[in-house]
Amino acid sequence: MTKRQKRLALVAGVLAGLAIATALILNAFRDSMVFFVTPSEVMAMTELPERKFRIGGLVESGSVVRDQQSVQVSFRVTDTAMSVPVTFEGILPALFREGQGVVAEGWIDADGTFHADKVLARHDEEYMPAEAQAAIERAGHPPGAGKEY
Amino acid sequence: MVFRRIPWLTFAAPRNFHVLVQVLVPWLVGGAVVLAVAGLYTSFFVAPPDYQQGNSYRILFIHVPAAWMGMFIYLLMAVYGVIHLVWRIRLADMMARSLAPTGALMTFMALWTGALWGAPTWGTYWVWDARLTSTLVLLFLYLGYMALRTAVDDRENGARAASLLALVGAINVPIIYFSVEWWHTLHQGMSVTLTSAPTMAPSMFTALLLMTGACWLYCAAIALRRAQVEVLEREAETQWVRDLIRDGDSRTWDRNATVADARGTIREEGRS
Repeated sequence: MTKRQKRLALVAGVLAGLAIATALILNAFRDSMVFFVTPSEVMAMTELPERKFRIGGLVESGSVVRDQQSVQVSFRVTDTAMSVPVTFEGILPALFREGQGVVAEGWIDADGTFHADKVLARHDEEYMPAEAQAAIERAGHPPGAGKEY
Repeated sequence: MVFRRIPWLTFAAPRNFHVLVQVLVPWLVGGAVVLAVAGLYTSFFVAPPDYQQGNSYRILFIHVPAAWMGMFIYLLMAVYGVIHLVWRIRLADMMARSLAPTGALMTFMALWTGALWGAPTWGTYWVWDARLTSTLVLLFLYLGYMALRTAVDDRENGARAASLLALVGAINVPIIYFSVEWWHTLHQGMSVTLTSAPTMAPSMFTALLLMTGACWLYCAAIALRRAQVEVLEREAETQWVRDLIRDGDSRTWDRNATVADARGTIREEGRS
């Protein structure tokens, strides 16, 4: 091997080793790499977490109940298989609406109600004019339906 | 062998590179301006408001090209780093070095516009999700790369250390790119992929493409010009630079440039 081939082999080796190490690390920390857990994952938990965590999914259609006297709001977060009831007191982001993605941070009580102290709206990667969305709605395929969360 | 007959290193010779940049940069700048004007017009006046986000989604026309450039430039830097480490071609190192500030700027733009977009849509400027965090790491890698170069006194040693950092940090780029697929993130998934149709209206996609083109040309122009200045600085003592200063801009290149030219060995022999 010439000197240059040796250097090339060394560089390739460094890169391959690094890629494998990174893959192993990311795999080992998979659970803490996620920003939120889904309702199904919450239901599958054997014991409820003591510290705060985030749940994410879609705001279930027809589940939003706003208190008329305060900023209290309750809704259900669903991943279309399971859903979790959430209560929140505060100002919701502008994009918060039924059928849209949402991430709530807080804790879950023994009854299974999630008490959020922060609610973030999550939007999907579809962008279209209102007319196109209306046409899709008329055809009976609301955008975001069938999305995995 | 055909492979051997291609003059790979013609433009790796500093003098030829200088001429190439002189020819290319005006075209790149002109193209960037034209595309930016067309892109901004399409972004603001042709693309319709989004059905969910109204007008606030329009920031994606700068956010997405900046993020793509930030990631692409880092990969390019890593490739130049490898060329420098393995083949010891000094121009590759100068190109890598010239790309770093532009890559850092693009990454900063992606983070900044992302924060401005996140505030009205998500309801927060910043969260520590996988996409945002790995992009912040990318910005720190750029800053570390630039700091490392200036921290080492010996230029060649600093260049090798920095090339290695560029190579090692390149692992972060696929992590950024696929983060929205591998983990649950607050950041939405990809709208534009190589394998499927973009999930946005055609006029929006046109605006995005125009702005991406403008970003590409701008980055190419600025990085080439920066590399050119570095070439002239490093070669200030050579005959061709002296001739250049005396005769003004000469747009001819040396077709007989060799590997030795590219590695700078001729220059060093000539000096001693």
